[in-house]
Amino acid sequence: MFLGSSDEMFLGIFIGNFRGTEPSENFEEGVPRYIPTTYSEEMFKNLDFEFVHVDLMGGEHKKEAFLARNPFGQVPAFEDGDLKLFESRAITQYIAHRYEGQGTNLLPADSKNIAQYAIMAIGMQVEAHQFEPVAAKLVSEQVFKLKKGLTTDQAVVAEEEAKLAKVLDVYEARLKEFKYLAGDTFTLTDLHHIPTVKYLLGTPTKKLFTERPRVNEWVAEITKRPASQKILQ
Amino acid sequence: MKVYGDGMSACVARVLLCLHEKETEFELVPVDLFACHHKLPSFLSMNPFGQVPVLQDEDLTLFESRAITAYIAEKHKDKGTDLTRHADAKEAAIVKLWSEVESHHFNPAISAVIHHLIVVPLQGKTPDAAIVEENLEKLGKVLDVYEEKLGKTKYLAGDSYTLADLYHVPYTYYFMKTGHAGLVNDRPNVKAWWEDLCSRPAFLKVSPGLTVAPATN
Repeated sequence: MFLGSSDEMFLGIFIGNFRGTEPSENFEEGVPRYIPTTYSEEMFKNLDFEFVHVDLMGGEHKKEAFLARNPFGQVPAFEDGDLKLFESRAITQYIAHRYEGQGTNLLPADSKNIAQYAIMAIGMQVEAHQFEPVAAKLVSEQVFKLKKGLTTDQAVVAEEEAKLAKVLDVYEARLKEFKYLAGDTFTLTDLHHIPTVKYLLGTPTKKLFTERPRVNEWVAEITKRPASQKILQ
Repeated sequence: MKVYGDGMSACVARVLLCLHEKETEFELVPVDLFACHHKLPSFLSMNPFGQVPVLQDEDLTLFESRAITAYIAEKHKDKGTDLTRHADAKEAAIVKLWSEVESHHFNPAISAVIHHLIVVPLQGKTPDAAIVEENLEKLGKVLDVYEEKLGKTKYLAGDSYTLADLYHVPYTYYFMKTGHAGLVNDRPNVKAWWEDLCSRPAFLKVSPGLTVAPATN
């Protein structure tokens, strides 16, 4: 299926799960979380792309044809001409650079300034290594397990919320100085948080955001963007 | 450039490898982790997550080893080893892809094994055998993917050494000192790749600093 606005160039084939909410056996890998990140980026950039649905419930992602695209058997996979990629954060960075001049700028204001770029890169690493491992467990316990008819382990939720609180304390201090995580403009660093943040807003863990004024404002900012509204439907 | 941390830390070692590959001078400033200096306000002002390494380059302070290494590789892209294939957008994307694989598939499994087999005994506690077993299995599956990839290309992101390979080095070095080196040695392409990584001059400068040893196998 084709999605996106009519006036931008054809990007390529984006292979994943449109709805992004179907549970899969890989709860820990947070499969549905990654599709919307890339999907939303393409929407930020108003790019035309073709979305190819992968039947996760039917195990299509574990079959040979898909494994040839991603040997780890996870969505999303991505194709632009002869370039084939997987890992959502590699895909988003490629799109952000390749289409730097159009749509929303997802890189720092002066992307050639290596210091500014490095600050954004730190934020992306923090999301990947400090935020996501903890937040993904909270989404898994409170969202995906319920979809599969399993029960939330409240002890795990309490433990992971304590860790997330510490990460969000660092974010609160950072966001007192800057409007967004990497500076005063919206970048990939903020974008990478959006799907997981959206899931958490539907759980009691939301209180960790509302308790922190600047984090709360930042969450509202990043989730009200038109592209953010379109994902996880 | 100043690097805060000790050469025995795997994450610090990533930065040191990068600096040597880029033939860049630096000063290593030790941080006493046992005395919890990384939790002091003076350190937290550099890295609010209280972790090494930290890089200071004049008035710029950076943390997270993969952000630091990417910065060094970009700043010094015109000398030393080409660690990022910056001249070609598609090749650069492949380097980022395999760097993400290291971050999200390789690192969680191998660091859990290293933590339980090396760090936990040093703290006087007993390793959790179930966690070790679970992560050895995960690591094995990742290495199966690597075995196939390295049958097609000499290095992970293609035919030249890049950050994607470099990120693996310090934890793999420690892993090979545990009793589970077979996971690497039993996979011929992975073994050949590892031996190649160990032959690099930058590695030979950094490996003497990787001094943490397993208490038991």
